[in-house]
Amino acid sequence: MKLTLKIWRQKNQTDTGSLQEYKLDQLNPHMSFLEMLDTLNEQLIIKGDDPVAFDHDCREGICGQCGVMINGMAHGPLPHTTTCQLHMRSFNDGDTIYIEPFRSEIFPIRKDLSIDRSAFDRIIASGGYISTNTGQAPDALAIPIAHEVVEAAFDSAACIGCGACVATCKNGSAALFTSAKISHLVLLPQGKEERAARIKNMVQTMDKEGFGHCTNTEACQVECPQNISVLNIARMNYEFIRAKALEK
Amino acid sequence: MLTTLSRKIIMALTGLFLCLFLVIHLLGNLQLFLPTEEARLQFNWYSHLLSGNILIKIISYVLYLSILLHVIDSVIITLKNKRPAPRYQYDQRGRASKWYSRNMGILGTIILIFLVIHFKDFWYSYKFGNMPVDSKGQKDLYQIVVTAFQEWWYVVLYVIAMIALCYHLIHGITSAFRTLGLYHPKYVRWIKYFGLAFSVIICAAFALIPIYIFFTMK
Amino acid sequence: MMKLNANIPDGPLEQKWENYKKKAKLVNPANRKKLDIIVVGTGLAGSSIAASLGEMGYNIKSFCFQDSARRAHSVAAQGGVNAAKNYKNDGDSVYRMFVDTLKGGDFRAREANVYRMAECSLNLIDQAVAQGVPFGREYGGYLNNRSFGGVQVSRTFYSRGQTGQQLLLGAYQALMRQVEKKSVKLFTRHEMLDLVVIDGKARGIIARNLDTGQLERHAAHAVILATGGYGKIYYLSTLAMGCNGSAIWRAHKKGAFMASPSWIQVHPTSLPQSGDYQSKLTLMSESLRNDGRIWVPKNKDDNREANQIPDGERDYYLERRYPAFGNLAPRDISSRAAKERIDAGYGIGPLKNAVYLDFSKAIKEQGKEKIKEKYGNLFDMYLKITGYNAYEVPMMISPSAHFSMGGLWVDYGLMTTIPGLFALGEANFADHGANRLGANSLLQASVDGYFIAPYTIANYLADEIHTGKIDSEQEAFKIAENEVNTKLNQLTDIDGNKTVDYFHKTLGKILYDYCGLSRNREGLEKAINDIRALRADFYKNVKIPKDMATVNIELEKAGRVADYLEIGELMCYDALTRNESCGAHFREEYQTADGEALRNDAEYQFISAWQWNGSPDSPILHKEELHFEFIKPIVRSYK
Repeated sequence: MKLTLKIWRQKNQTDTGSLQEYKLDQLNPHMSFLEMLDTLNEQLIIKGDDPVAFDHDCREGICGQCGVMINGMAHGPLPHTTTCQLHMRSFNDGDTIYIEPFRSEIFPIRKDLSIDRSAFDRIIASGGYISTNTGQAPDALAIPIAHEVVEAAFDSAACIGCGACVATCKNGSAALFTSAKISHLVLLPQGKEERAARIKNMVQTMDKEGFGHCTNTEACQVECPQNISVLNIARMNYEFIRAKALEK
Repeated sequence: MLTTLSRKIIMALTGLFLCLFLVIHLLGNLQLFLPTEEARLQFNWYSHLLSGNILIKIISYVLYLSILLHVIDSVIITLKNKRPAPRYQYDQRGRASKWYSRNMGILGTIILIFLVIHFKDFWYSYKFGNMPVDSKGQKDLYQIVVTAFQEWWYVVLYVIAMIALCYHLIHGITSAFRTLGLYHPKYVRWIKYFGLAFSVIICAAFALIPIYIFFTMK
Repeated sequence: MMKLNANIPDGPLEQKWENYKKKAKLVNPANRKKLDIIVVGTGLAGSSIAASLGEMGYNIKSFCFQDSARRAHSVAAQGGVNAAKNYKNDGDSVYRMFVDTLKGGDFRAREANVYRMAECSLNLIDQAVAQGVPFGREYGGYLNNRSFGGVQVSRTFYSRGQTGQQLLLGAYQALMRQVEKKSVKLFTRHEMLDLVVIDGKARGIIARNLDTGQLERHAAHAVILATGGYGKIYYLSTLAMGCNGSAIWRAHKKGAFMASPSWIQVHPTSLPQSGDYQSKLTLMSESLRNDGRIWVPKNKDDNREANQIPDGERDYYLERRYPAFGNLAPRDISSRAAKERIDAGYGIGPLKNAVYLDFSKAIKEQGKEKIKEKYGNLFDMYLKITGYNAYEVPMMISPSAHFSMGGLWVDYGLMTTIPGLFALGEANFADHGANRLGANSLLQASVDGYFIAPYTIANYLADEIHTGKIDSEQEAFKIAENEVNTKLNQLTDIDGNKTVDYFHKTLGKILYDYCGLSRNREGLEKAINDIRALRADFYKNVKIPKDMATVNIELEKAGRVADYLEIGELMCYDALTRNESCGAHFREEYQTADGEALRNDAEYQFISAWQWNGSPDSPILHKEELHFEFIKPIVRSYK
């Protein structure tokens, strides 16, 4: 198949950047989207041009490193699918495809399609954990946890930290990411001990990083590769109000 | 310094309070469906009641404050969201959410413009204007209302505003409950249906009144 | 010749680790902050050791090349993690797990190490639960288990099909907690390019900031490599694109021995290659073999659709060859059997490189709903990647390079042959022998990091408290930095006409053909020559963009492939010198009449440890003899 690509090229963080057009032909529809970009890069390198930088690693949808806007949709047209799991059969011969990085002031562009999502790490560092040191753990069965509870916790914990939620949010809010971690931990008995401190610190960090307000448009869940529920955000709100209400 | 969450909580609380007011307002307006003379006395009596009672007075100040807070807070949130908001050369993000969820600001602005006109024509006239009186000596707001709704453009404006309000509420009510921490899927579902029914019923009823008056009082 | 000493503690098997811990030297809390430790890699082993040491009060610098510590490839492990908790009351014990692991590895691992891993598995589950890892539970709230290949008990703990992700997130969160407390300084987007050795001890690393291209010197009292496996050397593999052997290889060139590098596990159930553009082979969980039947057509060039081929014309070769274990034969055996059929011309699919994994019988017997409940996410994934609905047509699967049992040689304390340099997780040659059992990799990485290295590193560092700060302005750092710089410039100066990926793919093909599932002398010798020629071609014709000051992905890849071109050759030597078949290493010359592996305990009951001797073509072999005091090696049979 034949494609016209319009790819965002930007030399470094300070460069203004622009869309550049590339043409590719003889593509196999069974290729993955990233393999299509590999093919383009092979051609660019041989021509002596700079290859397109893009984030990727595991290419099986779990590491959370890949992610671009494809035709204005986070991770492309398929629902709940990472960019690496998208294949060219989802496009038509002769299509023009716009490829841009996940954009947000909070995710500076390193180069081309590659972005810096370290703000997510800082949110986690500010409280996205259970404070237990190695060696302190009691027996794993000491506290039974109901099947439904642990499954719900898993649903929230499944977040891969790709940033599609922020990229697709009209407000650039990190509410889904932050709330998924808060829900995961607060659902478990082990994580309840420090719930108040956790929510306050994580929300504070989220704000300090400059992420926007959640206005509940629910676009994040639709684009989320793991289908993380927006109800996590509601739970985060609950935890926040609870912590504030019980504050001394 | 407020957090992103607390700002949203203010939006939710003020918004829900305004919803409550809509009910009280509508109860008054429904009296306009009565036969002309009965409606006039009844409606004017209700209007008087609302302007005289101290309790109602307090509530009305809360109401003004709520409108103000709701508007100011929304402006702050909108401005603060500008910086992190992603911008794309080619954008199809719209496929993932409802248009009215994304455009609460525009819907809100329409409602606000309507409110200004609405306040000027009815509230301001009633409080500070030269009002006719009815047979019982009460200020005849009924007459003002009926006269206003004789104008087709006024009816159209009213109906457009109610459509905007309806969509504003469909998103707003569910969103507000979420913002206040309602996360249980069952109750979230209930609230979603409740919000939808509330929005449609309230707004349809409000919109029907000028249409009814326009066509029956000619 | 240097005598390799594994430093295994005295005493009966079950007391060795206790004895070690009793006698190990300690560092008192006040002294810990005087000691700097570098941890390279933030996977399960790297994050867990960095967090654990940070908690204890050491100064840690943690490095990863990814943009976040959470992305390391431990994240991709699906099935589960083994632990001898015996919560199922089905006769499991530390001893039984020890036996299973040793036997699974074809008796090519140290008894003491394997026993310790089984022993520490108990604590790991406790630790993970305390961190908030959502392991699957029963309705009453107690932990659930599933079973995995090669064992007769249920000892695998799991978080749906994302156990690796959940364990890694637990370790990552523990790490980030220490980052917030400033006991760990995290350097993401940094790649270690050399090890600095001073007076025979590991004293630091040279790292490259992948965003700015800057080379940085980092000094420490000890260096820990937790950089994972090098299975990506085959290019097409189940590993992440960035997985590489560069950190351990560069340490190897500074004096650390590489052990059994040719022992690479090839996973039987990955998706087949569909074209030469392909960059990776996605793994489908081994658990599918519980209900799927593997077959190829009995007739060569049978071009009918799978469903059109009647049962009588299908060859269920695993059931035919291994009636006792059937479709659940261990990984090495299943992979080899598939290769045998594909090589014989019975492969299916457009490239004739796959076999069928058929669920029609299971669906007929158990119903579609039941199968959906068990494997729904895998069937969805299969549909996403291939476009085929596996409820209606059989899956097509093929073997793919997966895990490197080989790695840096370490003693019982996980220290390499360079004092002060430790290797953890898949980066060391570890506890798996010649074949790793399913769900043991997460276990090994975790116990190395949480429960073993914290003791053994303290034991080493106890003698370093008077050393004082290591100065990175020393000559050795300058020399190392210059060498790295020269090497990088050498690569960009070539300016040839072939891409880095071309060389990687070509190398991968050579290794799959001659040093993959089955090997023979002639092939290995040819592979060595081919790799040498390819390496020469690489240094003449590779083309890399020159830009050194911003992100230069080609340059990053070129460095890794340059190392692969040397590791590949060593793998071939390793396979060539081991004249027996064991585990993942199958030498065609050494097989039984019916095609099974023929181990040679009399001559090859040792670990091959290779020493770098200045060039890739002259490695020196050292042998660490394996002694089996507590268990007698037997022939693995799955018939």
